[in-house]
Amino acid sequence: MDYFDRHVLETLIYLPMLAALVLVFVPRERKQTVRVLGIATGVGMFALSAYAFAAFDYSEGARFQLVRVYPWLELLGIEFALGVDGIGAPMVLLTGVVSLAAVIIAANVERDNKDYYILLFVLIAGVFGTFVSVDLFFFFLFYELAIVPMYLLIAVWGSSTRFTDFNRPKEYGALKLVMMIVAGSLLIWVAIIAIYVEAGEGSFDILRLQEAAANGKFSDTFQSVMFLMVMVGFGLLAGMWPFHTWSPDGHVAAPTSVSMLHAGVLMKLGAFGIIRMGMMILPEGMQQWALLLFILGTINVIYGAVSALAQHDLKYVIGYSSVSHMGYVLMGIASMEVLGVTGAAMQMFSHGIMTALFFILAGAIYERAHTRDTLVLNGLATRMKWGTAFFVVAGLTSLGLPGLSGFISELLVFFGAFRTYPILGVFGVIGAALTAIYMLRLIGRTFYGDRDKQWDDITDLGPRELTAATILLIPIFFVGLYPQPMLRVIRPGVDAILAGLGS
Amino acid sequence: MNVDFSLLVPEFLLAGVGFLVLLVDMLIPASQERRRNVVTGVAAMAGLAVAGIVAGATQADTDEVMYEGLLFIDRYALVFKLLFIGVGIAVIGMSLDYVARKLHHPGEYYAMIVFAVLGATLMAEAGELLTAFISIELLSFSLYVLVGLARGDKRSAEASTKYILLGAISTAIMLYGISLLFGALGTTVFTDMAPLLGAGATWDLTMTLGFVLFIAGLGFKLAMVPFHMWSPDVYEGAPTPVTALIAVLSKAATVALILRFLAEAASSATDEWRFPLAVLAALTMTIGSLVAVVQTNIKRLLAYSSIAQVGFILVGVSAMTVIGANAVLLHIVGYAFTTLAAFAVVIAVENHTGKEEISDYAGLARRSPWLAMVMTGALFSLAGLPIFAGFITKFYLFVAAADNGAGAPDMLWLVVIAVANSVISLYYYIRVIREMYVSESDDTASMPVAPVLMGVITLMFAGTVGVGVYPGPLNDAINASVTVLTPWVMFAP
Repeated sequence: MDYFDRHVLETLIYLPMLAALVLVFVPRERKQTVRVLGIATGVGMFALSAYAFAAFDYSEGARFQLVRVYPWLELLGIEFALGVDGIGAPMVLLTGVVSLAAVIIAANVERDNKDYYILLFVLIAGVFGTFVSVDLFFFFLFYELAIVPMYLLIAVWGSSTRFTDFNRPKEYGALKLVMMIVAGSLLIWVAIIAIYVEAGEGSFDILRLQEAAANGKFSDTFQSVMFLMVMVGFGLLAGMWPFHTWSPDGHVAAPTSVSMLHAGVLMKLGAFGIIRMGMMILPEGMQQWALLLFILGTINVIYGAVSALAQHDLKYVIGYSSVSHMGYVLMGIASMEVLGVTGAAMQMFSHGIMTALFFILAGAIYERAHTRDTLVLNGLATRMKWGTAFFVVAGLTSLGLPGLSGFISELLVFFGAFRTYPILGVFGVIGAALTAIYMLRLIGRTFYGDRDKQWDDITDLGPRELTAATILLIPIFFVGLYPQPMLRVIRPGVDAILAGLGS
Repeated sequence: MNVDFSLLVPEFLLAGVGFLVLLVDMLIPASQERRRNVVTGVAAMAGLAVAGIVAGATQADTDEVMYEGLLFIDRYALVFKLLFIGVGIAVIGMSLDYVARKLHHPGEYYAMIVFAVLGATLMAEAGELLTAFISIELLSFSLYVLVGLARGDKRSAEASTKYILLGAISTAIMLYGISLLFGALGTTVFTDMAPLLGAGATWDLTMTLGFVLFIAGLGFKLAMVPFHMWSPDVYEGAPTPVTALIAVLSKAATVALILRFLAEAASSATDEWRFPLAVLAALTMTIGSLVAVVQTNIKRLLAYSSIAQVGFILVGVSAMTVIGANAVLLHIVGYAFTTLAAFAVVIAVENHTGKEEISDYAGLARRSPWLAMVMTGALFSLAGLPIFAGFITKFYLFVAAADNGAGAPDMLWLVVIAVANSVISLYYYIRVIREMYVSESDDTASMPVAPVLMGVITLMFAGTVGVGVYPGPLNDAINASVTVLTPWVMFAP
């Protein structure tokens, strides 16, 4: 097992890459082979990520573990360096779980499913890579890699929104998403180069840069400017208001499994980036901008919830609810307080699972009813028994019902928020109340009440959807009822980061 | 004067191959056109390969100066020599079908490519202004002929005329600059110029004008803004493989010369030209990117995008550090692979459909998934996205621009402009990708590609990914070669 411990993280990146490469050579017509290969890879990735999470020794959780360093470009000091800390480990597990569910759902794709899986695996490799990179260059490389396939996945396999008063072709969502995120990464790119040069260490190693920061290599002004760039650049991907607009449009246009990965995992990269680059390397900048980040996070919560109230496209509601929930993550991070940041990390995990479940169900309904209009859909509960059950659980998680994973994470965020910003924290709670309104209304309209004739022959979830949904349901209950295994991994990582912040 | 002619064996070989190809062409009767094409083409490729192997085998550790500084046979030149020969082979490989279909003068065509490679090689070796000038002319004249070789095609004739006229003007300007520099300094040898341009030198009008005009002449060959006007028309009108040759060979050779000139002759006066060059770099990439947005012809699009690439390269040149030179060379190698891959796909599509509008790429992903994938990879590489060469080489260039070794970020404004241009460029590359993958076309028949062309496409794509995934060994070789140009007086880290 020792050998495995040393290589598990890089294998996590290589496996989807290898699967993508193999798929290039599989003939186009062999759709079934592609599916089997895709799902097998998904199972492998999940097993590896679960192993990485289990192998993470929480008693030593303050330091990076499963570390592996390869020299890559010596002249610039770039190293292919991998490792996870208490924040990274749950994210790796999250990616493993959501990826497994996503590749199962992706088996429903009929058109060119080979290309679909290739792009999906490139995306997953990028996400895994970002979460486990300890070198800023590779952190950024994998971050960009996760964005590259997004345009094609949405523009080719996505779906357009057509209401009488509202028309959004899928290319619009795809282009908006990619251009906005790449524009955001521009700021990160400049910040990485500036930090590298300013530190003068000749290294992109996050830990060495953190040390340089602790030794006062970065002036307050420098940190202030850089943190703002990092905050906007990564915040954009995290759906931070007012840069969130790509997110509902993109999620709605994307095919189901891409929405799952994007809202479930990719948006977490943004928050994760703020923690890695912002909190760890630019502590002084964090102190200066925390209040703004907190306010933006609060606006996210409220604005996302209010927007969700106004929407009647099932996927737009979920898309805005993601914006709203990412607000809790930003609030938790900005609280710079142990409960708040722990809550933020928990919320990242919890929201990732929950939103993936939402998108499975929204996709399933759309495939059967060919509409996502909640004003038209009604009374589905009698026809989609399982679908309704899963949707209700996801909805209750979303509004923070005790016993489900959303409760514990939002509670922690609120504790942290109230400790640091007692007055502003109130708005977060208002947001939680709004969530309950739009979520219960959505469930009531769509699943209960009288059923129109046209929905009489709607069928329940198929075996693939049931399997994928069940895979996501388990962590929701597990973390909700017994959060300890997750908390004890996250907590030491948060402690270490906060120690660096000096607060 | 004791001259070791053995150092020049590769150059003599190249010249010999050129003439040999012309001779073979004459020996095969015109009626056997197909055979003539294949024989001359393969002869040219084999000759280039032999010259490359000889150069690689005998000069791997050679750092010699010939004719009192006129020619440098060193590792810096070797890197470019091998690159140029590789480019020549790849371009001939992707031309075979195209020439048979459209050009009908295989012998002249392949011989001119070999002479162009020879001219480019001499540019990388030149250590003196007039030698540089003659090498540039050898390259340019070969290209003038090649651009106009599609007889009967009006656009080709127009492009050739434009190229010759504007090229002649730029030549005159450059020559005037050289004469002024000679008048002011009394020498044209780079290494002798260095002390005269260095600290304490008075930059009077003659010297400044001479310097500026010389750089302007080179700027024309590079298609650097404001000397870029010729390039889209020539790119569009020229036979497509020739466009690829201009985009890669002529640019890389000019960069090789400019970098050696600035390092050997003018590095002591870096403060004088560094900032203007950085401004030109910013202008070049911005104008290149912005104008590319409205193009509808794939060759014009690639023309503007290659103007933008010149801007990126100049970012590294203006840094004038070892890191910067490394970045420039690495970027050129990556750019060569990427651009050749893109043009090879354009040729494959053109061979089949005879069209070169972006809208003609509709549905390419269904007709030929491999071509569409290579094109997408190449465009992503040009846009600077991982895992392709463009990502690491651009990152390298931008680090070089910011890192002057003094511990504080320098020229961060240039980095910001460069990164912003990367985003703009992604927008117009995505338009092409959208055509290939999202748009449908009426014609859904698959596109057969000739085996040699397919081989070139695959190799170039592999190179694009290879440089992007594992640039370590290549960078080591490049680093060893640029340290030959020792006068990195500025901040060597």
